[in-house]
Amino acid sequence: MSETLLAPAPVLTKPPPPRDGAFTMQDFKSDIKPIWCPGCGDYSVLTALAKALAELGRPREQVALISGIGCSSRLPAYTSVYGFHGVHGRALALATGVKLARPDLTVIAAGGDGDGLSIGGNHFLHACRRNVDMTYILMDNQVYGMTKGQASPTTAPDWCEGKLTPEGPGIAPVAPLRLALAAGVSFFARGFAGNPNELARLIVAGITHPGFAVIHVLSPCVTFRPEQRAWKQAVHPLEGAPATDLATAMARFAADDGFTTGIFYACAAPPFMPERKRTKQASDFAKRFLVEI
Amino acid sequence: MNHLSRIIVCDGNEAAAWGVKLSRPDVIAVYPITPQSSLVETLAKFVAEGELDAEVMPLEGEHSVLSALQGACLAGARTYTATSGPGLAFMFEPYVRTPGLRLPMVASLVNRDMLSPQCVWGGQQDVMTVRDAGWIQIFCESAQEVLDTVIMAYRIAEHPAVMLPVNVNHDGNYLSYGVSRVEIPDQAAVDAFLGEKNVNWHVALDPERPMAVDPLTGGADAEGAARFVAYRQSLCRGMQTALAVISEVHADWARVFGREHAALVEEYRLDDAEIGLVTIGSMSGAAKDAADAARAEGVRVGVIRIKTYRPFPIAAVAAAASKVGALGVVDRAVSYGWNCGPVYQDVLAALYSAGLRMPVLSFIGGLAGADLTGAHFARAIAMTRAALREADATLPAPPSPIWLNADGEATR
Repeated sequence: MSETLLAPAPVLTKPPPPRDGAFTMQDFKSDIKPIWCPGCGDYSVLTALAKALAELGRPREQVALISGIGCSSRLPAYTSVYGFHGVHGRALALATGVKLARPDLTVIAAGGDGDGLSIGGNHFLHACRRNVDMTYILMDNQVYGMTKGQASPTTAPDWCEGKLTPEGPGIAPVAPLRLALAAGVSFFARGFAGNPNELARLIVAGITHPGFAVIHVLSPCVTFRPEQRAWKQAVHPLEGAPATDLATAMARFAADDGFTTGIFYACAAPPFMPERKRTKQASDFAKRFLVEI
Repeated sequence: MNHLSRIIVCDGNEAAAWGVKLSRPDVIAVYPITPQSSLVETLAKFVAEGELDAEVMPLEGEHSVLSALQGACLAGARTYTATSGPGLAFMFEPYVRTPGLRLPMVASLVNRDMLSPQCVWGGQQDVMTVRDAGWIQIFCESAQEVLDTVIMAYRIAEHPAVMLPVNVNHDGNYLSYGVSRVEIPDQAAVDAFLGEKNVNWHVALDPERPMAVDPLTGGADAEGAARFVAYRQSLCRGMQTALAVISEVHADWARVFGREHAALVEEYRLDDAEIGLVTIGSMSGAAKDAADAARAEGVRVGVIRIKTYRPFPIAAVAAAASKVGALGVVDRAVSYGWNCGPVYQDVLAALYSAGLRMPVLSFIGGLAGADLTGAHFARAIAMTRAALREADATLPAPPSPIWLNADGEATR
């Protein structure tokens, strides 16, 4: 390495576990202490993700976790897999690039409702229809937490605690499930941070699904939305197996109160992976352009 | 005549919000970002409490924010937004079109250093990256100056011979959150000072004179090329005219409200100085304190504070610089390609245009929220003085900046 290039400060983590042994949750957590508020749902998402990766038994050097900006986008630093904390709203674009360059990696994107549905909403639509084989953990607390409590696209229109919208946002919230189905997603599940074991199972199912999988996580912000503590009583499991056709999935959306957890939809759709063509040789061009004299 | 109606204690973001409120904008659009967020939240509170009749639109990102304001301004609204660092970067596409559209917006830049490495603290790399995009750039030193300048910015922007957007810059952290005493001018006096709003006379939605706004212009044919050049020349004329307008508006402000702020360049204890420090933004207070301390020990040093940075006040900077024999320019940003601070480059160019030749040092400090203290400026004074003593015909030397916070030691 050249002296003119200052390497990023090394992050000290535990030595890698043996590759042939069984993995534990701790193998996928870093030594960095999260700076989330006490009681934040994102702690449980971290636990569920580590549990899922341990269960899948994928060595950490075969997993990449990409995030944007926001409280929940701090997730990569707290894991021991490859991580990158990218530009606000662009986690899915970054993750797509990683997957195309390294199809062998298990690629996971993570972020919040602000990062993924507001400033990055555009990418959410196109990730759903592109169907790259990766998993998106969308941590939804219906508020911009990092900038201290403004309404997000999933905030109810009558929430009047946001300092930017003291009379409520006044517009209909985005429903991630409806948005994803309309954009052509091939897998959609909803989990709850307060139930990390179920969430870990959903993440495993999402990673195993061949294509783009959305794991919508209800992850309470106890600082700016203390009333979300009641989500524990509100959540209830989805009844029945995952829908495999759009009509059933749409019917499930219509019946959904926003607190149903489980796999709503999983359909077989070919994942996006452009076929790599052989690089043309000089002789290929010769056939087209050379003229016999 | 003093139209002072009340005195409050507030931070720089609230002071900016008071300036906006008194200017009576019609449409405010925003996306939250540190360290700006509390500024527009204060405006939202004014609106919710019935103290300001304006639309506050929280949008889905800064790109949409400035686009929405372009629409509002084209339709005749007085507009406002505020952003910082990465928010300004995301705004870039509509940002570069706003001056060419001659839309007289006012936007606060609560200056924040740029990524990467990731940081959320003060620095001026955000605005310095867009310094030649065609917006007028004004930098404030105190919360009071922020409030007063925001109001003045509307009159400058909407002046018919200017018609350009204005960024009022105040440093993130030090000015955005620093609390001080602020005088709130009287609403009726501000109304009279700003006069009738007329922001879209040149792009009117008028059935009597239908027009296509911003059609495809330029190209290889001579007529297209000439038309494109004419637009560019017109923008440059607006910028140069702004120098005089900014001075007039500041003079009028002092006359009406009794508070004098430097319009282009502030000269501090410069008249008998042998060396000068050039500063910009909130660092200037510490620089002035350091100059006072040095003078108490017999060092003849003054401070040249850049208030208006775009258009660059070449003549005013050269006039101030001509009073000294050496300069130390302190930047809170980096010009990577020149290996020096951006203000340093501008000062060198101003000296050259005035035929001045003297030692000039580039100091860079205060990056990513680092503190610039009196001790840092004392060091800059000592080094600039040494450069004056060692001056020879080859000066100024090729740029090689002095990094003020590189030693990792807190300097009190």
